[in-house]
Amino acid sequence: MSNPAVAPAWQESVFRVLKEAGVRQVAYVPDAGHAHAISMAQDDPDIRDVVLTTEEEGVGVVAGAWLGGERAVLLMQSSGVGNCVNMFSLLDSGRFPFLTIVTMRGEYAEFNPWQGPMGRATQGALELMGIIVMRVEEPNDVEETINAAADAVFLAGERVAVLLGQKLIGRKKWEQD
Amino acid sequence: MTTTASAGLDRRRAVAALLDLLPEALVVTGLGSPTYDVYAAGTRPTHFYLWGAMGGAVPVGLGLALAQPDRSVLVVTGDGEQLMGIGALASVAACAPANLTIVVLDNGHFGETGMQASHTSLGTDLVAVARGCGIIRTHTITELEQLGDLAAAVQERSATTYARVVVGTEQTLRALPPRDGVANKNSFRAALGLETF
Repeated sequence: MSNPAVAPAWQESVFRVLKEAGVRQVAYVPDAGHAHAISMAQDDPDIRDVVLTTEEEGVGVVAGAWLGGERAVLLMQSSGVGNCVNMFSLLDSGRFPFLTIVTMRGEYAEFNPWQGPMGRATQGALELMGIIVMRVEEPNDVEETINAAADAVFLAGERVAVLLGQKLIGRKKWEQD
Repeated sequence: MTTTASAGLDRRRAVAALLDLLPEALVVTGLGSPTYDVYAAGTRPTHFYLWGAMGGAVPVGLGLALAQPDRSVLVVTGDGEQLMGIGALASVAACAPANLTIVVLDNGHFGETGMQASHTSLGTDLVAVARGCGIIRTHTITELEQLGDLAAAVQERSATTYARVVVGTEQTLRALPPRDGVANKNSFRAALGLETF
C-alpha cells in the first residue's frame, strides 16, 4: 500500500503543481503512481475528488467543469486511455482545454503481459485523437513538465496528456513480503 | 421491431413543460432526440447540446454541477445514451451533488438508428439502477401533472435527483440545434460571466 507520508518527491510535485495551477476538480481511476495526488485531493477542502467507474467519464467531467468555470484534471493509467477514445471527440468538437496525467504500464520491467498492448498504443491513441503528448522519464522533470502542460491547457486552451514513464514510477512488487 | 407508437408521454410536450418551469437551470443534453427536444422547447445560452460523445451527458453534468453549486443543473438524455454511460450514475452518487438532476426520456428504443429495442424494453429498470448506484431521490413520470413536483425538486437543490420520464415512440419533427460545439461552449460560459479561456 502506498503511504502519502513517504510518497516519492515526484508524486508530491504532481499535486503541488495541480494545486498551484488552480485545479479544483481531480477526476480519477486510481493508480499506485497517482496515490499521493488522490489522497491529497481528498484531504484538500478546496478540491473536489471525483472517483470514476471508467476513465471516459473523466473526459466529460473535465469538460463539464470547464463549462462551469472550473479547472479540472483527469488522472489515469495507460490502460484507461483506450477506454476514452470516442469520448475524446468531445474535447475536439468543443475545443475544451484538457489536462490528463497518465501513469504508464506495459513498457518497463512489466510483469503483466496484459498491460502491453494498450501501453504500447497509449501515445498513438492520444495523438490520433488530437491530444498533445508530453513524456517524462526523469523524476526531476515531473514538476516542470506538468507546469508547462498546465500553462498550455489553462492559458492557451490546449489538450495535453503528460505520460509518466514506467521506469520513473518504479517496479511493481509482485511477491508478498 | 415495429415503430408503432407506444403508450407514454409526448416527449416534446413533456420537455417543454419541464423547461418552462426551470428558466434558470443549466442544461446538458444527450445526443439524439433529447438534444432535439430541448432545442425545440426554445434555446437558451445556458443549454449545452451534445451531438456525440455518447455516454457523456451525465459526466458533463457532474463536472458542471460541482463547478456551479449554486445553480440547478439538469441533464436531459435518453435511455440509449444513459445505458452507454451507466456507470456514471455510481460516480454521481459518490459525489452526491445536491444541485444535479438527471432526466431520462425513456422510450425503450434507440430512436436515432431505426427504433431497435433498448435494454429498458428488455428488462432493465433505470430507476432501480440509479437507486442501486446510490441515488436515492427518484421519480417515475407518467403524467404531465407530475412535472411540477420534479421541477420543485430541481429548484430545491437538496439532493441528487433521478427522473425517468416514460415517453412514447412517436416520430417528432426535426429540430436541430447548431452543431458548433465551440460556439455553444463559449456562449454557455459567457452566460455565466466567463471568458472563452
